[in-house]
Amino acid sequence: MSQLNPTVSGTAVTPVAIPVRDLAPWALFAALLAVVVTYFVGAEQGAFSLFAGSDVHEWVHDGRHLLGFPCH
Amino acid sequence: MNARSFLINGLIAGLLGGLIAFVVAIGVGEPAIDDAIAVEEAAAAPADTAVHDHDHDETEEGAAHSHSHGDEEGGITRGQQAGPGLATATVLVGAVLGGLVGIASAFAAGRFGRLSPVATTALVTAVGFVAVVLAPWLKYPPNPPATGSGDTIGERTALYFGFLAISILAVVAAIIVARQVLAGRSAWLATAVGGAVYLAVVGVAFAVMAPIDEVPNSFPANTLFEFRVGSLITQAALWLVLGVVLTGLVNRAWNRDVDDLARRDAAAAL
Repeated sequence: MSQLNPTVSGTAVTPVAIPVRDLAPWALFAALLAVVVTYFVGAEQGAFSLFAGSDVHEWVHDGRHLLGFPCH
Repeated sequence: MNARSFLINGLIAGLLGGLIAFVVAIGVGEPAIDDAIAVEEAAAAPADTAVHDHDHDETEEGAAHSHSHGDEEGGITRGQQAGPGLATATVLVGAVLGGLVGIASAFAAGRFGRLSPVATTALVTAVGFVAVVLAPWLKYPPNPPATGSGDTIGERTALYFGFLAISILAVVAAIIVARQVLAGRSAWLATAVGGAVYLAVVGVAFAVMAPIDEVPNSFPANTLFEFRVGSLITQAALWLVLGVVLTGLVNRAWNRDVDDLARRDAAAAL
């Protein structure tokens, strides 16, 4: 029966972690972007309302339901 | 590979995921939404039989079919909701989710034992899907139009985002504990303990947080089931494409870095 055997092949290349200090500004940018978009797709003119009317709500309506956000 | 390239690759991958999710949603999500709106309109019909003719006039202009808010729809049609509107939502959400997964992958690379950047990126995407989509879907499953009460939207939104936040924080806690365990012990034990921490935290939240039970008994069960499964498939498609594309891009960038390193080593050896 053939079996799974370990073997040593050369030296493995391992990644060096990116320092948190270099990640932070990009993480902040991505997080802000995510909050703004999630707010407008998920909650504007539903639970909260920055703009009057319901055009934002109606435009993203099907997406809001299908992406799992609470709606009416 | 730096933080910037991870973020950009994530945004690209998420954008593609959002596009595919849009196409998938048309197939598996829209039929149930149309059915739910038909149920709502059938229920509303007896009340305004008198004005039904006026409604029909508006339908010709394309306004009356967007459901639920009566006459204040602002001229957005069902066709717009199910077409460009839906695409706007899936593509925007896909892009920002991709950006977050990209940054999380940049953070994870090199911090999970000896896993390659491709492996950590795949892991981040899989864990992200469970924490951001699957767990909230199980606790607060999405509902089609015409099944929720407008009066409780604030409470339901708070519960949904509260559970989502707990789920994400539980992942962070699980990773912190797993990394403690990993120091000197097996990766299997670290993974098992991390998984147990996540399940324990989310399990308590699942048991303790208030249920949402608003779907009227008269609402057709098949439509509800079809909508919820359609929603899950739509989001799974988004995350699947996101993961496949992002790991592909990370793989390419990593291989390039490894080749550069080999070339530099060879040059230095001369």
